[in-house]
Amino acid sequence: MKIHEYQAKEILEKFDIPIQRGYPLDDKADINSTIKRVQENFDTEAVIVKAQVHAGGRGKGGGVKYCAAYEDAQNAANSILGMNLITHQTGPEGKKVNKILITEALDIKKEYYFAITFDRSKNCDVFIVSDEGGVDIEEVAKNSPEKIIKAWINDSENSLLNGINEIISKLSLEKYQNQIEDIFRKLYRCYYESDCSLLEINPLVVTTDDDIIALDAKVNIDSNALFRHPEIISYRDKSEENPLELKASEYGLNYIKLDGNVGCMVNGAGLAMATMDIIKHYGGEPANFLDVGGAANVETIKNGFKIILSDRNVKSILINIFGGIVRCDRVANGVIQAVKELDLDASVVVRLQGTNADLAKKILDDSGINIISVETINEAAKKAVESV
Amino acid sequence: MSILLDKNTNILVQGITGSEGLFHTEQMLNYNAKVLCGVTPGKGGQVVTNNQLPVFNSIRDAKKQFDIHATTIFVPPKFAAEAIIEAIEQNIKLIVCISEGIPVRDMIKVKNMINKSSSILIGPNCPGIITAEESKIGIIPGFICKKGSVGILSRSGTLTYEAIDQVVNIGLGLTTAVGIGGDPVIGSSMIDILKHFDADDETKGVVMIGEIGGNMENEAGRWIKDNMNKPVVSFIAGQTAPKGKRMGHAGAIISEGSETAEAKIAILKECGVTISNTVSEIGSTMKRIIG
Repeated sequence: MKIHEYQAKEILEKFDIPIQRGYPLDDKADINSTIKRVQENFDTEAVIVKAQVHAGGRGKGGGVKYCAAYEDAQNAANSILGMNLITHQTGPEGKKVNKILITEALDIKKEYYFAITFDRSKNCDVFIVSDEGGVDIEEVAKNSPEKIIKAWINDSENSLLNGINEIISKLSLEKYQNQIEDIFRKLYRCYYESDCSLLEINPLVVTTDDDIIALDAKVNIDSNALFRHPEIISYRDKSEENPLELKASEYGLNYIKLDGNVGCMVNGAGLAMATMDIIKHYGGEPANFLDVGGAANVETIKNGFKIILSDRNVKSILINIFGGIVRCDRVANGVIQAVKELDLDASVVVRLQGTNADLAKKILDDSGINIISVETINEAAKKAVESV
Repeated sequence: MSILLDKNTNILVQGITGSEGLFHTEQMLNYNAKVLCGVTPGKGGQVVTNNQLPVFNSIRDAKKQFDIHATTIFVPPKFAAEAIIEAIEQNIKLIVCISEGIPVRDMIKVKNMINKSSSILIGPNCPGIITAEESKIGIIPGFICKKGSVGILSRSGTLTYEAIDQVVNIGLGLTTAVGIGGDPVIGSSMIDILKHFDADDETKGVVMIGEIGGNMENEAGRWIKDNMNKPVVSFIAGQTAPKGKRMGHAGAIISEGSETAEAKIAILKECGVTISNTVSEIGSTMKRIIG
């Protein structure tokens, strides 16, 4: 689960990690008072106004502004709150900024990139640090990989200490040994105890007063571990999610909208991806990924249709179900019921294989409704692409 | 011969009194799998499936009456890691975890324990193992399987069924199919399972089904090139998956160049693995090679 910067900073604070302080707001009426509170409480004239959206690259997109004085901050806050922010991570359609964070401005001596995440290939956590902080780290990794320092941490206290020391030595930061050791330990504890899948501070800064402070924070939480973190569940911001994907998740369906016009409904994530691939193979463009899961019944099939059809680009629909535990005849009845009730104008191609597949084909063929029923994925994909 | 599982494997079911556990226990029994008993903490003393199978509070209790070779886990994800750890501590040789949604943090702990033990863990978030016409552990439908010469290993559930169906319908048949699971941290890797198939006399060729995310297919490819004595056909799902989007499996997130379907296919080809270009050609591609 993704959360906002200001929420991530709330979590960091609980672990006693120094952050750039500020207050979030979502109402233009609160802009003036919030700027004043930041200026007074944190003893600063200059402030930073930061768009709060679930996407990186906010600075480049114009969503983060340094403001030397009160009036600048007013202008920046008024223009950023409510703007449509486009960054390399929002997609071309951009994201509406519903919340901003106004923070103190700090005098920065040096910026670092810092992250902790899980390395699947080594089956342990990894610290990723670079002294090229504050910029697009993917560019740094591509152009000068030697500037990215990695230290792998397994469950032992020793490996954590060794990892931290390795980073300090490679970046020649011995001067800050105690401070860095303290902050890195706290960051790791925060990552570990909050079930983060990613904890990224870009940048982590050294100020002119030699304080080390998290200027930004990006935290992703392992969704499977949310049962341990009721306080984090409340951070979910549904306005950041695609409305169709959100609705699908309420139906218990796993749906991701894509840009094509061949809708598909499949059981199982792997088979769903393979179905998208074969649509493309025959010259079509998939309109979505949709995994109806293990319990494909009349209700899930009907809801699946509703979700797919909410996307107006869809011209044909391919249903590909391999009935293991699921009985295909039940799926067939679900398809017939849905097609009758929903008054479709897209063509529907159905391929049901597995338990009671023959019976299911007979039910579909005898139903008299306008469905193309086929036996193989190959045929199904060809027909679905043809009928667009 | 077969791998990991045969008609003589004595099986215990953890979470046997839950609806999933009970349903699939009956399915396993219908396939003539030797399921002997189950475990649900607090439900010891009950008898399930038409008074056939005793339920125990713990694996330790079950072991006093039965010689257990394998366990399958249908426990809610919150408690699944503890269930795996119990099985490791009781030295169960084969542990198959079907449960989906276990936190990564819990699985890292489990994986560290598995590495120090003599147990084999398959899964989690997997459909389990089936040895054609002998036994099954998990949820793979038995009726699609016929005995034959192809071994299957896969990160995805229904794609495993699809592959089984194709090799059976084209007349090659199946030795054993293993679903290793789609999570970021899993007990057995592709290489672990390939080693078993390579050593199995009945298996003439192996179908390996992968997907976007992680590097497991690439490591498997390099291992195949250096060690494998049998032909491998591979299909990689997710060629059209958009970058950075999550496609259902927690593991299927593209984060590095080598984790895309294209990169994996290129590496596997270099390593001498035959690629099935679409999902519908898995069986025919294998047929062309081992006839």
